[in-house]
Amino acid sequence: MTLSRPLVGWLYVSPLMLVLIPFFVLPILVVLVASVFETDGFGGLIPTFTLANYATVLTSGLTFNLYYETVQFTILTWFFTLILGFFIAYFLVFHVRNPLLAIGLFLICTVPFWTSNIIRMISWIPLLGKEGLINSALLHLGLIREPLGFLLYSSFAVVVAYVHQLTIFMIVPIFNSMARIDKRVIEAAVDAGASRFDILRLIVVPLSKSGIALGSIFVASIVMGDFFVTKVMSGGGSASVVGAFYEDISVLQYPSAAASAVILTVILLAMVSLILRTVDIRKEITR
Amino acid sequence: MSTLPQTVPTVQARVKQRAIAPSRGGRPWTFYVLAGLFTFYVVALYGPMICIYILSFQDVRGGLVFPMKGLSLHWFVDLFTQVRTGDVKGAFDRSIKLAILVTVITVVVSFMAAMAFRRRFPGDNIVFSLMIGSLVAPGLVLGIGVGLLFNAIGIETSWYGSALGAQLSWTLPFGVLVMFAVMSRFNPAWEEAARDLGATAWQTTRLVIIPVLAPGLVAVALFGFTLSYDEFARTLQTAGPQNTLPLEIWSMTLNVTSPSLYALGTVTTIISFIIIGTALGAIVLIQKRRGARANGH
Repeated sequence: MTLSRPLVGWLYVSPLMLVLIPFFVLPILVVLVASVFETDGFGGLIPTFTLANYATVLTSGLTFNLYYETVQFTILTWFFTLILGFFIAYFLVFHVRNPLLAIGLFLICTVPFWTSNIIRMISWIPLLGKEGLINSALLHLGLIREPLGFLLYSSFAVVVAYVHQLTIFMIVPIFNSMARIDKRVIEAAVDAGASRFDILRLIVVPLSKSGIALGSIFVASIVMGDFFVTKVMSGGGSASVVGAFYEDISVLQYPSAAASAVILTVILLAMVSLILRTVDIRKEITR
Repeated sequence: MSTLPQTVPTVQARVKQRAIAPSRGGRPWTFYVLAGLFTFYVVALYGPMICIYILSFQDVRGGLVFPMKGLSLHWFVDLFTQVRTGDVKGAFDRSIKLAILVTVITVVVSFMAAMAFRRRFPGDNIVFSLMIGSLVAPGLVLGIGVGLLFNAIGIETSWYGSALGAQLSWTLPFGVLVMFAVMSRFNPAWEEAARDLGATAWQTTRLVIIPVLAPGLVAVALFGFTLSYDEFARTLQTAGPQNTLPLEIWSMTLNVTSPSLYALGTVTTIISFIIIGTALGAIVLIQKRRGARANGH
């Protein structure tokens, strides 16, 4: 039994590895290799080792600005999705009495995520635009005299679109870890005289940590790796790291795009391992 | 009765009511605050989308903002007949086929991987790290890598080949993580009981583990389908000559500024509702059967 255990484990993960090796490990290696090659300027790669691509990317002032903006959007989105996701999950798990209703409400939250992200993003245009619903309502009420310009094609619109799209990635894992909390623990706390806030602070939050960590990984990696929302919702006013190397690719500058991609991936991996350090997801299952 | 609190949510709920929200009498003030927040969230979630559904039913004079101009199905017809909106029908077809393929593979492979991860095995940390890496790697970077790789070995990129693989590199880690959450609620005692009663490993899996985890597996399927159906960044460089739906929508946002775009949003949502309904029905059916069985004993 103990002898066959490694074999059984590897048999079970072999299909996963059959996908991850050709579609994650090898592509990343290809990008890594491309990042140290020279370009012939026509989309071809010349196999000579060079670090010039990295030097170009790292010494450009533009790179710093790109990262600054992307990280800013990531932090804002993370903050709002976390607050919303946590309290919505808390509401569904601890306040909705009928479990079928809770599942129903949970599904109401997830349904919009079945439609295209892009369509969902565009759906803000009739609301936030200069002639949009919000502006015309405010004008009608006499609260403003001119349409508010910052609503659409701005950083505000970018954050709104991200939060709209990504809150579900917080709700699902946090809901999962909250639903798992042994209700007897909470009962014991109530019996011992704990207030609801104490229960939230000392029981619910610590026991939802794995869900929060998972949600944070999803949200942060999606925002960092996205370019489309920033491009459309900022109206071209903001740029993103990925957007910049998408431009590189469209002019066939594969090596510099690859170098920039490698740097972004390294930063993302560092960030994720930092989050994973605070909570051991593996331990959650082997427990 | 002793094992029921972990399987049947109703029992859990009854226990918890006493703890946080008393089942009789008034609700705590936090209920009303959080119900308000929830309502706000749902309105913000659906409001904009409902706007575009309404706007998609305008007539030929229709624009991208309110007020409504007329009422017709003009833009739906336009969507499927106009050449400038591209091959929407074909894209639909491909996206749904691809999503089904991804869903099936994701459920099976995630389940197997989650089974492996219940016990430690040599190299398990490497597999886990690869999985997390695949999850967080920026989609476009991976897409470019897959595209370059396929070029280098001389295989044409296609939606059912390279794009399928690229999407799986994203849905599988997701699926496995969701499985982790589902599995952690699984009581190993049931498995041991099955084994003690003489069940083989396959029987234990088929008759104990899978039925207990069934609602979780449906959840993984839902995730798999959504993530594939919406996937954009990884597919962009790997789909080859034939577009999937998100790529079609993307090219439409760049060159179509008519309510056709909204009509497409309405159509995809109808499909989503059908799928959600099916999944919800499946979960309800599983729970019902389970309830009937529990009462029968």
